[in-house]
Amino acid sequence: MAKSEVIINIEHLSKSFGDKKVLEDINLYINRGEFITFLGPSGCGKTTLLRMIAGFLNPDSGRITMDGKDLLGVPPHKRPLNTVFQRYALFPHLDVYDNIAFGLKLAKVPENEIETRVRKILKLVAMSDYEDRDVTTLSGGQQQRIAIARALVNRPKVLLLDEPLSALDLKMRKDMQIELKEMHQKLGITFIYVTHDQEEALTLSDTIVVMNEGKIQQIGTPADIYNEPVNSFVADFIGESNILNATMIRDKEVNFIGHDFKCVDSGFGENNPVDVVVRPEDIYFTESENKCQFTATVKSCTFKGVHYEMFVETDKGYELMIQDYDAYDVGEKVMLYIKPQDIQVMKKERTANVLQGEVIDSETIEILGGKFPIPNELEAGTEVTVEVPFDKVDLVDDAESAVLEGEVYFILYKGDRYHLTIKTDEGFLWVDTNDIWDKGDLVGINFMEGGARIVE
Amino acid sequence: MKKFFAQAYLWLLLLLLYSPILIIAIFSFTEAKVLGNWTGFSLDLYRNLFEGGVSNAMLRSVENTLTIGILAAILSTILGSIAAIGIHNLKGRTRQAVTFVNDIPMLNPDIITGISLFLLFVGLGVTQGYTTVLLAHVTFCTPYVVLSVMPKLQQMNPNIYEAALDLGATPSQALWKVIVPQIKPGMISGFILAFTLSIDDFAVTLFTKGNQGLETLSTFIYADARKGGLTPELRPLMTVVFLVVLILLAVINIRTMKSNKNKK
Amino acid sequence: MKTFKRSYWSLPYVIFMAVFVVLPLVMVLLYAFRDGAGHFTFDNFVKFFQTKEDLNTFLYSIEIALITTVLCLLLGYPAAWILSNPKLNRSAVTVMLFILPMWINMLIRTLATVALFDFSRIPLGEGALLFGMVYNFLPFMIYPIYNTLNKMDRSYAEAAQDLGASPVKVFLKVTVPLSMPGVWSGILMVFMPTISTFAVAELLTMNKVKLFGTTIQENINNGMWNYGAALALIMLVIIGLTTLLSDSGKEVEDETGGLI
Repeated sequence: MAKSEVIINIEHLSKSFGDKKVLEDINLYINRGEFITFLGPSGCGKTTLLRMIAGFLNPDSGRITMDGKDLLGVPPHKRPLNTVFQRYALFPHLDVYDNIAFGLKLAKVPENEIETRVRKILKLVAMSDYEDRDVTTLSGGQQQRIAIARALVNRPKVLLLDEPLSALDLKMRKDMQIELKEMHQKLGITFIYVTHDQEEALTLSDTIVVMNEGKIQQIGTPADIYNEPVNSFVADFIGESNILNATMIRDKEVNFIGHDFKCVDSGFGENNPVDVVVRPEDIYFTESENKCQFTATVKSCTFKGVHYEMFVETDKGYELMIQDYDAYDVGEKVMLYIKPQDIQVMKKERTANVLQGEVIDSETIEILGGKFPIPNELEAGTEVTVEVPFDKVDLVDDAESAVLEGEVYFILYKGDRYHLTIKTDEGFLWVDTNDIWDKGDLVGINFMEGGARIVE
Repeated sequence: MKKFFAQAYLWLLLLLLYSPILIIAIFSFTEAKVLGNWTGFSLDLYRNLFEGGVSNAMLRSVENTLTIGILAAILSTILGSIAAIGIHNLKGRTRQAVTFVNDIPMLNPDIITGISLFLLFVGLGVTQGYTTVLLAHVTFCTPYVVLSVMPKLQQMNPNIYEAALDLGATPSQALWKVIVPQIKPGMISGFILAFTLSIDDFAVTLFTKGNQGLETLSTFIYADARKGGLTPELRPLMTVVFLVVLILLAVINIRTMKSNKNKK
Repeated sequence: MKTFKRSYWSLPYVIFMAVFVVLPLVMVLLYAFRDGAGHFTFDNFVKFFQTKEDLNTFLYSIEIALITTVLCLLLGYPAAWILSNPKLNRSAVTVMLFILPMWINMLIRTLATVALFDFSRIPLGEGALLFGMVYNFLPFMIYPIYNTLNKMDRSYAEAAQDLGASPVKVFLKVTVPLSMPGVWSGILMVFMPTISTFAVAELLTMNKVKLFGTTIQENINNGMWNYGAALALIMLVIIGLTTLLSDSGKEVEDETGGLI
């Protein structure tokens, strides 16, 4: 019987820690022999997902199968996969040889076979002379090699790697990336890799799973993810980009930064708000009046080794980032154009804050745990849905005096304004503002007068 | 000059602290019945002590002290190490509550621990003797074992246990092959500490030994002293006990200093 | 849910502590508030306040404990300061020598003191008692103060010097305030065992002076369990109060310590 292409299948996986949802309805299949990466910011749920596959955590609901067999209920020591831990987790009381032989001894592999297998794997990770060394005397990179060897020597069908390179310095990390890639090609087994480093993910992976806030945002090849991000989060997380508010005029025609552009996307309806992403290397300078779609003034120009990175202000006052091999002087007026295939149109995740609340009295509605002054004619205790446009949320420095307290969780520059994701104790809020905030800032949240509208 | 005065002050205090013990040690090498009377150098008191020329009661009390000390140390090391692993994995309020109760025997004065256990045994109608003394010693020794083992658990990479499971170890294999070797230094320190505390104890033993004639070294000395005057053979015995404790403590201190150096 | 709940490992010890730590203290409470027939009563406490001898012993014990604590602080602080000062003492052995006596059986140390007094022909009595107490508990004062001073960041003192403070000022305005948590621990570690000792006083004074610990012990020995338990409870309250007091003292000092 031919083995199916899929080795691991994950269906409807969910997990909460207390009230906090860390994974929400994850569906994913992993192909035999592929190098797949779970990519996302810290707290996105990627490590939780990995730990569930390894068996250190059980999901609240959902299924994980491997080769068609249910993995849930199988304790970690009986699962045919091995893990490389973030901080190596080598056993400090054992030397290099005994660390690597640990799993084989437990499996009662004959002593002489253990010896040959340990020697062979040490050769693979280029650590042949280190057999008798105390693991605590090894450098970070060497410890990492031993940790990889310790997992691989058991010939797992799947190797799980939990941010294995994050503790190494940049140079070491680059070297290890290449070695990991080579090892994967040589061994032909499945690698599941967790990282928050987008560059690492793009370099190593066959498939990338971008995650945020406990949900899968996009699954695809590195090229797919880079060239056709499905939403502004993915676009911003992977590589440099200009993310802009836009209106889909009709199929294959979109308006942003105050101009109409031809594009290749369709199916977004007519006159609908969308997001557009344009990579900085996809905005071209031109000398020809015919080609020019809009003009701009160069605001800054920095040499980045291979290319120049420039910020320009367009004729309608939007700021864009451009990368080009030629430098332009600050203050110079330039003519620019964008090719239709380089404009990536994305559905907006939301166009306003839609929040659940409860009426306290005729002046007050409680939303996300804060008592907001919103006049209404409803009975106390009524559950309501309230819509608040992004630009009607007011952020202030003094968190104490505001209705609600939150933390700046994510910042997106949209050419003429910042689009902030604010995390409160009970949920998220999205805000458009011209003020500059930093990630992690504590902010006070108020709604502008008349900004909140009761929908139902 | 300043240093000279400082050092002089320190050594004067040390002289004050050690002179009583020195007096006992010096006069253990003479035969005189009354302390302070030097009748020439002699090892007779030591000979009497080790050849059993002294009363059987005294030797039996030494035997009791040692066996209770060893048993209490073994039991509290086992109980305390298992407990430490459990407490290490507790969270929030439960953990606070358990550590608070664990602190009680260390904060309580010996007399309170002794009386409270006495009332417990009396209240439950238990005949007091060897077993009750042993249980009482385990009660005040175990908290110190927990405190010696906890730091080792905290220093441990939390992934190590999972790594062992991941490599095919069952939970109990992971415990024996990975966790126990990691906390072993803490267990050994805890064991020595428990043994020292046990052989040193007086108050708790006095209240829990019952009236079946059980004596440990401290209660024997106490009874002896109350009868007026010390049996001369107690002088070499006290000297030996002092030396044993000194050596045990030196061992503990050197161990902790070594492990601190290793960390650096 | 974790695949394997290791927190359950604390269960045997939790049960053990419930029986041998919590239950015994409950027993003290039960006995203290009962008469011989097992009925609830306050009589034991009333008796304490009516028995002049016991009340006097109680107050005298507090007095002795306070004097001992003050003497230990006066003798111990300079010693701890010298030990922690690298310019005055560099030997770890000296530190160890000061800590060692903490671990020697109190009874043996007391009998050794008696022997010392016998040897020097000094009569036993109150003076001998105070000497014996200080001798017994001085290491408990030195150790915590030494620990705090030793861990103290030297840059505080240097900063004060840099800002123009004389060595005496540095000591009074920086070193002393910052070492207060250690001082409070030391006071606690001396005061608590002093107030609760027994046997020590009898041996040092030829039974001339009695301390509260001895009163409790005698009552228990003579079968007066209920009254003995009540006295033990009174001592427990004193000790609880001292702990709270020194804890709040430590906290206040911690806060000011943070400000400097």
